[in-house]
Amino acid sequence: MSEPLLYTVIILSAIGIAAAIILYLVARKFHVYEDPRIDQVEEALPAANCGGCGYAGCRAFAEAIVKDNSLDDKYCPVGGNEVMEKVASIMGLEAEQKAPRTAVVRCNGTCEHRPQTHNYEGVQTCAIAALNYSGETDCQYGCLGFGDCCTVCDFDAIHMNPETGLPEVIDENCVACGACVEACPRDLIELRKVMPKYRKVYVACRNMDKGGPARKACKVACIGCGKCEEVCKFDAITISNNLAFIDSDKCKLCRKCAPVCPTNAIIEENFPPPKKKQAEEKESKPAEA
Amino acid sequence: MLKTFKYGGVHPAENKLSAGKAIEQLPLPKKAAVLVSQHIGAPSKVVVAKGDTVKVGQVIAQSAGFVSTNIHAPVSGKVLKIDTVTDNSGYKKEAVVINVDGDEWLDEIDRSDTLETSINLDAKEITDKILQSGIVGLGGATFPTHVKLMPPSGMKANILLINGVECEPFLTSDHRLMLEKGEEILMGTQLLMKALKVKKAVIGIERNKPDAIKHLSKLATKHEGISVCPLKVKYPQGGEKQLIKAVTGREVPSGALPISVGAVVNNVGTAFAVYEAVMKNKPLFERIVTVTGKNIEKPSNFRVRIGTPVNELIEAAGGLPEDTARIISGGPMMGKAIPTTDVPVTKGTSGILIISEEAGHRKPVENCIRCGRCVQVCPMGLEPYLLMTLSENKKWGKAETEKVMDCIECGSCSYTCPANRPLLDYIRYGKTSVGQIIRSRK
Repeated sequence: MSEPLLYTVIILSAIGIAAAIILYLVARKFHVYEDPRIDQVEEALPAANCGGCGYAGCRAFAEAIVKDNSLDDKYCPVGGNEVMEKVASIMGLEAEQKAPRTAVVRCNGTCEHRPQTHNYEGVQTCAIAALNYSGETDCQYGCLGFGDCCTVCDFDAIHMNPETGLPEVIDENCVACGACVEACPRDLIELRKVMPKYRKVYVACRNMDKGGPARKACKVACIGCGKCEEVCKFDAITISNNLAFIDSDKCKLCRKCAPVCPTNAIIEENFPPPKKKQAEEKESKPAEA
Repeated sequence: MLKTFKYGGVHPAENKLSAGKAIEQLPLPKKAAVLVSQHIGAPSKVVVAKGDTVKVGQVIAQSAGFVSTNIHAPVSGKVLKIDTVTDNSGYKKEAVVINVDGDEWLDEIDRSDTLETSINLDAKEITDKILQSGIVGLGGATFPTHVKLMPPSGMKANILLINGVECEPFLTSDHRLMLEKGEEILMGTQLLMKALKVKKAVIGIERNKPDAIKHLSKLATKHEGISVCPLKVKYPQGGEKQLIKAVTGREVPSGALPISVGAVVNNVGTAFAVYEAVMKNKPLFERIVTVTGKNIEKPSNFRVRIGTPVNELIEAAGGLPEDTARIISGGPMMGKAIPTTDVPVTKGTSGILIISEEAGHRKPVENCIRCGRCVQVCPMGLEPYLLMTLSENKKWGKAETEKVMDCIECGSCSYTCPANRPLLDYIRYGKTSVGQIIRSRK
């Protein structure tokens, strides 16, 4: 073996050992204790980093849980009860059970229902359009249709329907993180309790004008007449500011309210088609022929 | 060399089509819709009820706070309803709708044209009169004038600037007022000087109005302490901070008010309104509005009662041309396209501009080519391209340190951008969002 090679190996090894000793001492001196539970909690979380919990990502949420050592007002909407139970068992705490929720767009102002009255050419985002103008229709409460809600969704759960010009939620994908709720300058999106088979009954309108102007602006606007409130047996419907609201926590999906609505502002979704009507149609058809 | 402000600025085509047209009185409307929020600050509180009979000049909505002001009936008749009407942005706002019946004024208003020259009131009384008369900045920003006359403790004004710049293309209402009501403007200036306890006032006028400069300079020799300062033609010279820099050379620090450098700026229209309010007991219920546009039959300057629907103004100027794309309330640079012609004239309506189909649309937006022209023209020394990107990506913290709040929304950046980028739209969005964050900290 040649000498230069030997020296090289010896010198490099010596430097290596010296560096290792320095690193070891420095690491000991400046050691920061981190609760191992933070890592465990973070591991249990879905790693979506959506901010739906109100914290800047899953790590920040885990740190907050361990720091406060409590689960009050801390809920991961993406993971739901399952994940929160896991987190609770790591922390040795009790997890609060919450009903899963899904986003609902409370506007049905399609081109057909709500005619265009002005023409906006500015920046094509809802936030800027709402800042400058009341929108392209006479309804100053309805959907602007530029899809800010779709842009912010991390879960591919909300899309614009080009035919209606309104966003549509894919219930299976929605985790109720609330990003779209915040993005909507019109406060149209609501997180509602998930019912079996994603069935929903809700008022698809946010128009707070009196009946006349509301109806003039949009055919399917809620006029605040109160008929739905009268028929509801579960006190789920309240009227305020000329607008009906169905509380999803109280609603039992009896569907008594939808038929009485004079403007068809109450929408029923994911219900099987009414059998009675079909039967009637079948009966009436031969009669016509 | 003529004085002007230091940074940036642009020079759009002037198009002062109505400069030679004398001010005409517009006939009274059938119905007047008076919005309760016509000024910056708290909306006024309505003090009349449906069915009440009001006279011209009667208070119909009272000031609701320090930064707020009174609103007066611009017409006489019965209050039809207190309801929402569409404003400039298309949103429905509370308004008092009056059915016009005759033209009966309050008895104390002096309707004669004689010039009153003796000032018998002291500073406090003048300021009080201005507050009672509902005077706001008539240049377009509609900031209540009495607030400007009451500087915060520890600050003192030593110069009053009267803004006769009218740097917006097309608009001529201030120009005409200076020619026709020069004496009254100077008396109004005297009143403002007395209210502020300052000895010096300068009227800034751009050089493209030589007749107004000549007329006012001649009249000003009779008034001690008032002089006229001709300025180079450059937009946005009429901006408060730009005018202070141009005339006095003082620079208002970032985030501070003009009073911090001892200056108070008021528009010539405001000076005239102050004269009328204090000397003639006439509150602010009418203003001069320029109705103009390249295709319109007869561009004009009208004296209009507040609350008159815009379509009556357009009708009086020869009707709406067929190929109209946009109707703008204000000038082409800072004005706002209005959604319908039913919107009422407010205290801030300086002009109605009709834009043809050819010029009335946005051009396709292209990528930023890093030419830096927006930086060159920004009169506040900001970097509009950067502020736009920050707003686009919602980087509010950085936008704040880059002084997005200093933007005066003059639109020079959007005007000059060769790639047609909507710089101002994004910066305005940034300003709103950062403003909310700043307020929430308090």
